[in-house]
Amino acid sequence: MTDTAQPTRPLRVLAAMSGGVDSAVAAARAAEAGHDVTGVHLALSANPQSFRTGARGCCTIEDSRDARRAADVIGIPFYVWDLADRFREDVVEDFVAEYEAGRTPNPCLRCNEKIKFAALLDKALALGFDAVCTGHYAQVVQREDGTRELHRASDMAKDQSYVLGVLDDRQLAHAMFPLGDTVTTKDEIRAEAERRGLAVAKKPDSHDICFIADGDTQGFLANRLGKAEGDIVDESGAKLGTHEGAYGFTIGQRKGLRIGTPAADGKPRYVLDISPVNNTVTVGPASALDVSALTAIKPRWCGAAPTGPGTYTAQLRAHGGETEVTAEVVDGSLEVSFTEPVRGVAPGQAIVLYDGTRVVGSATIASTVRATPTAV
Amino acid sequence: MAYLDHAATTPMLPEAAEALTAQLSVTGNASSLHASGRRARRTVEEARETLAEALGARPSEVVFTSGGTEADNLAVKGLYWARRDADPARPRTRVLASPVEHHAVLDAVHWLGEHEGANVEYLPVDSHGRVHPEALREAIARNPDDVALATVMWANNEIGTVMPVRELADVAREFDVPLHADAVQAFGQVPVDFAASGLAAMTVSGHKIGGPYGIGALLLGRDQTPVPVLHGGGQERHVRSGTLDVPAVTSFAVAGRLAAEQREWFASEIGALRDALVEAVRTAVPDAILGGDPAPGGRLPANAHFTFPGCEGDSLLLLLDAQGIECSTGSACTAGVAQPSHVLLATGTDPDLARGTLRFSLGHTSTEADVEAVAKAIGPAVERARAAGLT
Repeated sequence: MTDTAQPTRPLRVLAAMSGGVDSAVAAARAAEAGHDVTGVHLALSANPQSFRTGARGCCTIEDSRDARRAADVIGIPFYVWDLADRFREDVVEDFVAEYEAGRTPNPCLRCNEKIKFAALLDKALALGFDAVCTGHYAQVVQREDGTRELHRASDMAKDQSYVLGVLDDRQLAHAMFPLGDTVTTKDEIRAEAERRGLAVAKKPDSHDICFIADGDTQGFLANRLGKAEGDIVDESGAKLGTHEGAYGFTIGQRKGLRIGTPAADGKPRYVLDISPVNNTVTVGPASALDVSALTAIKPRWCGAAPTGPGTYTAQLRAHGGETEVTAEVVDGSLEVSFTEPVRGVAPGQAIVLYDGTRVVGSATIASTVRATPTAV
Repeated sequence: MAYLDHAATTPMLPEAAEALTAQLSVTGNASSLHASGRRARRTVEEARETLAEALGARPSEVVFTSGGTEADNLAVKGLYWARRDADPARPRTRVLASPVEHHAVLDAVHWLGEHEGANVEYLPVDSHGRVHPEALREAIARNPDDVALATVMWANNEIGTVMPVRELADVAREFDVPLHADAVQAFGQVPVDFAASGLAAMTVSGHKIGGPYGIGALLLGRDQTPVPVLHGGGQERHVRSGTLDVPAVTSFAVAGRLAAEQREWFASEIGALRDALVEAVRTAVPDAILGGDPAPGGRLPANAHFTFPGCEGDSLLLLLDAQGIECSTGSACTAGVAQPSHVLLATGTDPDLARGTLRFSLGHTSTEADVEAVAKAIGPAVERARAAGLT
């Protein structure tokens, strides 16, 4: 049972409209369900003047116009809100700092936590709105006692509950995801947009990171953090090559290491560890990536925090699969052990815990425990 | 619904709409020599005479354009090019502009600085956004020989301040410097007489006075020969090429005549409504700051501009819009993102404060009910917008 399927009463809804097809259809569905919907496009780029060709994101004049056009067709008021300062502080700078610290952040998740369901939601509530609506694929289910749960989208292939796992009770209480209960292909969403007269129906999907227009994350980081040459070493500490900045690597990465000498066993090598302190990247065999347990910090719960150890399924990255875990909060941190070892877990990413389709909570991965201990 | 954004555009006068639609089905290019062409030309020339009379100008001084923006561009760029290149030995490159101009002037001036070697100087304004004649004199007198032109709007579109155009023009004429004024907002609200003003050029627009969109005019003294921006068939004194839009020209002239005829009624009746609106807002929100010149004679009779401390203008707009009250923050948008108004910044307003502005602009269809709607809504809206704060 979602908001749009059975509205108990018409709500004043602020629909975040990126200029893409999903958020446009979401806003249209909310309006069709009888809610009083106002569209808002978030200007998140410090330089909203630039027209971009090819790349799609959330920050261009063109996107803003597409969103406005969609709002006009739906027949709802439309505004552009400048949240560029907040976005830069809470998402972009966080992104850079995380990479600099050797971790792998998820900026979309951070944006949902700090911008869409914080800065935007707070302003919306203050202005008298009841809810913020987005084009995410996830479901909000209201229990009989009035509390709300976040569930995976009906269509697991489209599910985006992972990047919404950071939302707490209060944020969820004001969230509306009209696309979450649709089992549909992107083509069908496009067909629906077309049927509704929304010109964004044929617009290419957004991809990657909206504030890195050309998709070149390494170039973006190099530009921000500068070159810092350091060593690439194996697990014994022997130098295998050099890199131009440890921040450019992600745990589990195989490509782009540019190591001249092959491994003794001839097998490919992967990034095992990134140490920003001595600017060293450690590489080794795939087997050394296996992780049996991890510690995650800053847990956030959708509902009451669980007491004692519990068994859950976990998702460790966007578009990642599910894996079975046992998890328990110890001294404010989440201690997780995997039933079967998992490969390539990157600190900085979120772990989201599920009970069936229900999101239980999430936390930021801080450290991992090797399944096959080897001296690093 | 309370439409209080007449400075953006005002409803067409029935007489102007009638004139427009009547001409739409009439064939004739005013440049053609045959009977249809002659008929069209006669219609255009009668309209030109009507508009000239309404503005205290000679018919030959009326150059029809596609609107205020084009007229501003023609005046600023055209006069600059002509004056810069008049004497190759001594190019005049200085452009003097008020910093509170509409973007049609401001951006044209800026472009000249970026691309055409202009040395742009912004004239100082007082806290009401007014350019004083002494400031213009001081700027010109520093080197009278290198000034290409000066441009100061007749009345400000955001805060409504009326400039001392006659006195400014006197100073400019003393130094033989052409002065252009954008009178888009002034026409129909304050007495606008081109001949008496002493201006070299003056911009007016159709849709701001109850005429159609897409038509305007540059009033251009007969001794002024700006370099054209649009080249082509040589219509409009070889200064502005393009087939004349006979229906729009005709309708514009009707609106222009009515704007001049009804100006006193407008100033007193709509001015009284505006005063009531200002009073109502001040009663509901005692710390609201009235923008522009508070003296009735110093501002447009239909303009009420406010700054609400601690509010985002956008939030107020949204809250009022939701209640059917249509107004503006007054500032221009960049990609739809509200920027603090350059007008307010020029008057020395704190940038944070400048984000909380609203412009109510009244017009010929405004009623007491509109004022009452604002009186009722503004207090709670400001309270709510303050809670939402500045993001």
